[in-house]
Amino acid sequence: MSDITKQSLSELVENIKSKKLSSSEVTKAFVERSEKSKELNAYITEDYENALNKAKTFDEKPNLDLKLPGIPMAVKDLFCTKNLRTTAGSKILNNFVPTYESTVTQNIWNEGAILVGKLNCDEFAMGSSNETSFFGNVQNPIDKNLVPGGSSGGSSSAVAAQLTPITIGTDTGGSIRQPASFTGTVGLKPTYGSCSRYGIVAFASSLDQAGPMAQNVKDCALLQEVISTYDEKDSTSIDFKRNEYSKELTKDIKGKKIGIPKEYRVDGMPKEIEDLWKKGIEYAKDCGAEIIDISLPHTNYALPTYYIVAPAEASSNLARYDGVKYGFRAEGENLIDMYEKTRSEGFGAEVQRRIMIGTYVLSSGYYDAYYLKAQKVRKLIKNDFDEAYKKVDAILTPSTPSSAFKIGEKTNDPVSMYLNDIFTVPVNLAGLPGISIPAGHDTKGYPLGLQIIGKAFDEQNILNIAYAMEEKINFKNNITDWWIK
Amino acid sequence: MSIDLKTIKHISKLSRISVDDKKAEKLAGDLNSIFDFIEKLNELKTDNVEPLTSVAKTTLKLRSDEVKSKNLREQVIKNSPQENEDYFVVPKVIE
Repeated sequence: MSDITKQSLSELVENIKSKKLSSSEVTKAFVERSEKSKELNAYITEDYENALNKAKTFDEKPNLDLKLPGIPMAVKDLFCTKNLRTTAGSKILNNFVPTYESTVTQNIWNEGAILVGKLNCDEFAMGSSNETSFFGNVQNPIDKNLVPGGSSGGSSSAVAAQLTPITIGTDTGGSIRQPASFTGTVGLKPTYGSCSRYGIVAFASSLDQAGPMAQNVKDCALLQEVISTYDEKDSTSIDFKRNEYSKELTKDIKGKKIGIPKEYRVDGMPKEIEDLWKKGIEYAKDCGAEIIDISLPHTNYALPTYYIVAPAEASSNLARYDGVKYGFRAEGENLIDMYEKTRSEGFGAEVQRRIMIGTYVLSSGYYDAYYLKAQKVRKLIKNDFDEAYKKVDAILTPSTPSSAFKIGEKTNDPVSMYLNDIFTVPVNLAGLPGISIPAGHDTKGYPLGLQIIGKAFDEQNILNIAYAMEEKINFKNNITDWWIK
Repeated sequence: MSIDLKTIKHISKLSRISVDDKKAEKLAGDLNSIFDFIEKLNELKTDNVEPLTSVAKTTLKLRSDEVKSKNLREQVIKNSPQENEDYFVVPKVIE
């Protein structure tokens, strides 16, 4: 069968189940395409040989009742994978080989999928362009020298370029949805507490969530169904009734009330984003949804709040990298000197910047003025959503304030880089689910995404809305394979 | 407000990240522009607002106090940069 890598996850699952394809054929096709795509720099660690062996073993005694039977999959290098190096895109974890498996990846392997490799990301998931990775920039398959978004940039690049049929990322302030938007793919950030954080390298624990990144909404629903489980190893995992998202997926969204928040019309937003949003509203109406104007008055305060809360939690989480228990160590004259040199040489510039911000806002005399203040504003932001959800079932916004930008364009100005996440950050602060779907192109031909935000634990509803709109939008990604010689 | 070099040196000490003068200068510039941006929060009155510490409406679950995994010594020490007979090794701390 030709063009295996062009098939969606759902098609591959069907073809393996009906024995039209074997896991070995599928795995070999994705491995070969990945090998030809080194210029994208989507992988940090490849595990091709083991993947091919696992596929062979699967084919000898295939269990076709599984949800992901023999499906090859590369994952973001923020998930601990037993016996396979896990770096979080950092020099400080360059040689770290976990002795245990993250719950989310374990769930995936339990359903028959096969690990192919670990995908590039911003260092400790801190970035919006994959440029903070110790392992170098990732190319966006849409165009040369274009960022793939971040922090799950290797993941978005690999899915868009069809190096893996589907993948998982993590999203603390937009790290799944923004890269999905930049690469013309679908990315879901689930409700906080939906997917276990056990075994995911921690960034900001009150915001971090894992989620699927896919070529279409149906595939995304299928993977969400696999990864979302209650886990007693994560103290903030929530025990709620989880749907069989892919089976219950429907395009019937007639009468659903969709809110349009006026505060998302930000100053300086390009006209093409505004136009895309208007088009999105029309698509939603065509699907039978009812459009309602709403207000989220504290939207403008979300990014400043995020840039206190996230670095504060990061500075605390990253205190564990001390050159003693695991990871990189620099030699020092004494213990303190060793700590300071290890962290100075082991962390990159952006990570050091955020540790310093976090340490400052938590330090004696500043805690109330910054951290406590931010937690209070976070409450106001969450209240905005609670209020809005008395009137609507979901909210429609653009995913990002612009399309993908060039590598190097924003690296010298941290604040302009942070503004990328203006539409995605409020969703993490309120702990809600959000999905980005590709919805059009800008004048340069680069993809643009729309975000659908749901009520907590209402993943099914936003997946349904996304599924219905996807059909109307009929988006086609324009990938020319320019990187393959 | 403005973060000066002395403050940067202080935060770097608290963060256990060594910072030379050149790096301190760059960090001061970056942090000042980020804090200018953060100061926006002061526009809001929040005296009577409860701080939100977690969006997960759960209380910590209790579990029975039993050992579920054991004999992990080898695994725990496996990734350490320097070890000696099942112990982590650090630079000398007592003269």
